[in-house]
Amino acid sequence: MTGFFASEFFHNYRRSSSAIIGSALMVVFAFAVIAGPFLVAQNPYDIASLNLMDSYKPPVWLPGGDAQFWLGTDGQGRDVWASILYGARISLFIGLVAMIASCTIGTLLGLIAGFYGGIIDSVIMRIADIQLSFPSILIALFLMSAVGTGVDKVLIALTAVGWVVYARTVRGSTLSEIEKEYVQAAKVAGLPNHKIIRKHVLPNVLTPLIVIATIQVGTFVLIEASLSFLGVGVPITQPSLGLLIKNGFDVLFSGLWWTSVFPGVAIMMLVFGINLFGDFLRDELNPRLK
Amino acid sequence: MTDQPLLSVRDLRTYFHTFSGTVKAVDGVSFEIGQGEVMGLVGESGGGKSVVGFSILGLIDSPGKIEGGEILLNGKDLAAASEAELREVRGREISMVFQDPMTSLNPLHTVGRQMDEVLRLHTDLDAKARQTACVEMLESVGISRAAERLKAYPHQFSGGMRQRVVIAIALLARPRLIIADEPTTALDVTIQSQILKLMRSQIAEKGASMILITHDLAVVSEMADHITVLYCGKVVERGHTRDLIEAPSHPYTRGLIDSIPDTENRHERLSQVPGTVPDIRNLPKGCNFQDRCPRAQALCAEQEPALAPQHGSLYAACHFPLKPGEAA
Repeated sequence: MTGFFASEFFHNYRRSSSAIIGSALMVVFAFAVIAGPFLVAQNPYDIASLNLMDSYKPPVWLPGGDAQFWLGTDGQGRDVWASILYGARISLFIGLVAMIASCTIGTLLGLIAGFYGGIIDSVIMRIADIQLSFPSILIALFLMSAVGTGVDKVLIALTAVGWVVYARTVRGSTLSEIEKEYVQAAKVAGLPNHKIIRKHVLPNVLTPLIVIATIQVGTFVLIEASLSFLGVGVPITQPSLGLLIKNGFDVLFSGLWWTSVFPGVAIMMLVFGINLFGDFLRDELNPRLK
Repeated sequence: MTDQPLLSVRDLRTYFHTFSGTVKAVDGVSFEIGQGEVMGLVGESGGGKSVVGFSILGLIDSPGKIEGGEILLNGKDLAAASEAELREVRGREISMVFQDPMTSLNPLHTVGRQMDEVLRLHTDLDAKARQTACVEMLESVGISRAAERLKAYPHQFSGGMRQRVVIAIALLARPRLIIADEPTTALDVTIQSQILKLMRSQIAEKGASMILITHDLAVVSEMADHITVLYCGKVVERGHTRDLIEAPSHPYTRGLIDSIPDTENRHERLSQVPGTVPDIRNLPKGCNFQDRCPRAQALCAEQEPALAPQHGSLYAACHFPLKPGEAA
C-alpha cells in the first residue's frame, strides 16, 4: 500500500479539494445504501410498520415536527429519511448495474467494430449514430412504453442508451491501437484475433473508460429519476429517489414541500459527488492535460 | 530436395485498390532464399519493400490484396493458404522484426509475458521450460541478468535493448525465416552495427534465413548474401552482394550506392538520385526510372525493360545497363 500512498495519483488527490469532496460524498452514499436499513427503525415499505396518524409530519425543526421523523413524513406516514436511504439504494443499484452492462456491451461492440472494420463496423456505428441523434430520455421513454415498467426494464432501457459512448470511444482507441507495431507483431507471431483483442488491444483502451463509467453512474441516476418522475420507471413498491420526488410533487404546492425536496437534495448531492470525482479522474488519467 | 530453396516468391503481385486508383505496390516480384541465406531487399520509401514482407505472412489488409503469384515456403504455397494455415506459419516458421522497438512491444505487459506468449502458442513446453527458454534466449541476445529482466516492462529498457528483446522474441520459436523490416533504422548509429552483428550471428547459430528489408545499402552490404533491388514495386536488379555493390548494372542501384557517404572522400559533395519516385498510381509508359535516369534514351519511354542476365551473377531490368567499370 505504501506504493499507492507515495504515488503521484495520491499526491494530486490530496491537493484536489473537488476530488476529496467528491469522494467523500461517494463514501457517504456508499455507507448509506449499505448500512441504510440498520440506521432507521422503520422500513418504509413494510405497510405494517406505518401509521397513517403520522402522515405529513413536517421536519423536526418546524412546528408540529416529531423527533422520530427528523425529515418529516409523507402522506402514508413514511419517514422521509428512511425513504431516502431505501430509495438511494435502488437509484445507485440501477445506476451501477446499468453502467456495468453498458460498459461491457459497448466495449465489446467497439472492439469488434474497430478491429474488424468493414461492414460490421459500419453497422454498429450507424446504429450508434442513429441512437445519438435522439435524446437519451426519449429513447428510454420509447423502450419503457414498449416493454413496460420495472427495475429490470429500466436497466434494459438505460443500457440501450448507455452503450453508445463506450462503443465510440473504444472503437476510436482500437483504431489507433491496431496501427501500433506491437499489434502487428502479435499478428506476425501467429496469435489468433480474439487473443490479440483481449491481451493487446483491450488493456490499452480501458483508461478513458474509467472516467466515462464514473460519470455515467451519475447520468443514469438522473435518467432513472426522470423516468420514474414521468411514471414509467420503477414500480411504486421499489421507489427510487426519482419516484419519491414524484410522490411528493403532488402535494408540493400545498406547502408539504419536504416530501420531494429532501429526495431531490439527495440526488443532487449524489450526482454532484460522482461528477466531482469523475472530473478529477479525467484530469488525472488524461496524459494530454498533464 | 537439398537444392530446393527455403522460400521462393514467384511473380508476386500485391495491389491496393483505393478510390484514387489501383496502387500496384508489388508488381511481379520474384526471388529465392536458400536455407541459411540472408537476402537484402532494398529500395526507397514507398518502393513496396514492406508490402513484400507482409504479403509473405498473409497480413495484407483491405483494400490491399494479393492478386497473383506464388509464395512457396518449402514447396507450400502461402498465397493460397487459409488463414488458419497461415497462423501456423506465423511466428513458428516465419517471424518478423519491426522497425521501431519503442512501439513493437506492448507497454502494458512485461517482457517475460510477451516472450512466454509466443512459446505458449508455438510449443508444448511447460511453464518452467518456457521460462528457461526465455532466459536463455535473452542471454543469447546479450541481455545480462536475464531472469530478472523478464519481469521488467518495455519502458525500463533502452531502445537498443528493446530491439534485442524483439529479436529474441522473433527467434524464440526457432523460425526458419526471419523478416527484418528496417530493424536498425530507429536506433542510434552506435547501436546499429551491434544489432546487425547480433542478428547475423544469431541467424547463423540457429540456421535460419533472413530477409533484410532496408533502404540502406551500407547495411545490406555487410549483412546480405544476395540483394534484390525494388523500384516502384518491381525488381530492377538482383544478384550476389559483392557483384551488385562493386559493379551494379542498373543505374538506379548505381545511384543508391553513390549516395552512401564515403569517409575517404569527405570533401566531395554527397551524390543523390535526382528527382523523386513517380506517382505509383500513374506510372509512365516504358521504364519507371526513365525520368531520373542519366542514361535514358527514346527506347526507355517506349518499352518497359525486362529482367535480363548481366555480368557476373547480376540480373537487371534496363535497356542500357552499366558494364563493370563504367560510370553512370
